Amino acid sequence: MTAQKYMRMIGVPLIAVAVFLAFWEWLVWFNGWPTFKMAAPSDLPPAYQRHWNLFLTMGWQTLWRTVVGLLLAVLFGILLGMIMGFSRIMRDALYPLLVGFNAIPKATVVPIVALMFVGQHDFNTVLLAFMISFFPIAVSVSIGLSTLEPEYRDILRSLGASQATIFWKIALPKTLPEFFGALKVAVTLAFIGTNLMEIVSPHGRGLGALFDSGRTNSDFPLMFAVLIALAFLGIVLYYIVVALEKIFAGWAERSPS
Amino acid sequence: MQDLIKIKGVRHAYQTDSGPLPVLDGLELSVPEGGFVAVVGPSGCGKSTLTRLIAGLMKPDHGEVWLHGERVKGPRSTVGMAFQNPVLLEWRTILKNVLLPLEIVPSKLTRKQAEERARFLLALVGLEGFEDKRPSELSGGMRQRASLCRALIHQPDVLILDEPFGALDAFTREDLWMTMHQVKEREPFTGVLITHDLRESIFLADQVVVLSGRPARTQYVLDIPSHGPRTLDDLYTPEAADQLNILRHQIQIAQGRATPEETSA
Repeated sequence: MTAQKYMRMIGVPLIAVAVFLAFWEWLVWFNGWPTFKMAAPSDLPPAYQRHWNLFLTMGWQTLWRTVVGLLLAVLFGILLGMIMGFSRIMRDALYPLLVGFNAIPKATVVPIVALMFVGQHDFNTVLLAFMISFFPIAVSVSIGLSTLEPEYRDILRSLGASQATIFWKIALPKTLPEFFGALKVAVTLAFIGTNLMEIVSPHGRGLGALFDSGRTNSDFPLMFAVLIALAFLGIVLYYIVVALEKIFAGWAERSPS
Repeated sequence: MQDLIKIKGVRHAYQTDSGPLPVLDGLELSVPEGGFVAVVGPSGCGKSTLTRLIAGLMKPDHGEVWLHGERVKGPRSTVGMAFQNPVLLEWRTILKNVLLPLEIVPSKLTRKQAEERARFLLALVGLEGFEDKRPSELSGGMRQRASLCRALIHQPDVLILDEPFGALDAFTREDLWMTMHQVKEREPFTGVLITHDLRESIFLADQVVVLSGRPARTQYVLDIPSHGPRTLDDLYTPEAADQLNILRHQIQIAQGRATPEETSA
């Protein structure tokens, strides 16, 4: 890779972040806002310093619960997507249920789940991350499979290939670009799920709990620091998905020439 | 010579919401070994249904389809297919795309021999040097050439071509017609070509079958005598003009826009 390409891939986003932070700092300074209205980026390093250990442990709690919820969403979403992609009847039967389930604001589900599984905080949080993020995966996989052109199937079927072979050789790889598109959406959704549980039903774990303690202690820079930490984790997970996409579905990307 | 493909009295109807929709009614077709038959007919007359019947992808309601003296009851690995949509797998290189059927069909070839054969076929259709490219890097005509190689890699008895050149521009199409003749010379096959292009049918086939409008039956069969290797100039001879006129008139009858009596006039 040339230096110029490195510059574009890493330098440009970094500059954009720096410009954003500078603007934020300027905005707070220019308006003379106190920290309870809006903290400035320069207020954040002290907040991180004071609570660094908490950030590490609670950030990890949020991260692993999000990832586990997401992995469950991937497994369940693919399975559901396959069922709906291959069977018209199942698609007709499940779609309204799915859409209805997805339309329920997950914030309202939090107290129900918290009551249903009292005290099982890890399980509850993972469950919510899962519930909020499987929908786009299921839909994208089912659409990918059901829109497979019949000729693709015929090419292999005319040679006597089994349904399983057709799935592995054609249907699955062909659906990967849609799957990864949905996974990128699901990543951020899973974070929302985790934090909803951590904030709405506080149980002293995860970045959501740290945010909540910032609120109760009027430690406003801490609240903003948590937001930035969440954004950071979100970016890391997102780019892990992008890297996986490059490996498994890189063929779908057209060269810029 | 024994007929390699024989279709006898085939009738078929699709079940639709508004009742059965008959598409084939009294279809007869026979193709001798090494023969190349073009099937023409009005739009929606059931030509693609015919290809699916020969490939064993579906069973007719009535009638029989025979291949190599055996009744077709399901898919057979001795068939090669190419469609208007080349349906190459975007995540595979051209070479790996061509090799796909050998991953399904049992083959005596070793991996190395298979690859050599794929390279030979690709060179035959003029795709030498493109083996490691992705389909998205190729033009429409080149993809169709690759799709042709894939249809031939496992040395099928029957090559079924369902409007393979329909989406190409006129010049590319003529190039591919020439390629088809070169391929047939080196890799003889028995072929059925579905097409909308009458010039294509008389240039490529040695027999043209006209199907009637839906439900389709065999309406007319025109033999195209061969005078050695064909060139594009052959399309501009009085003989070719006569053949095209006959076929055009038959299509008009099939469409219900002319009556058979006018033929004799």
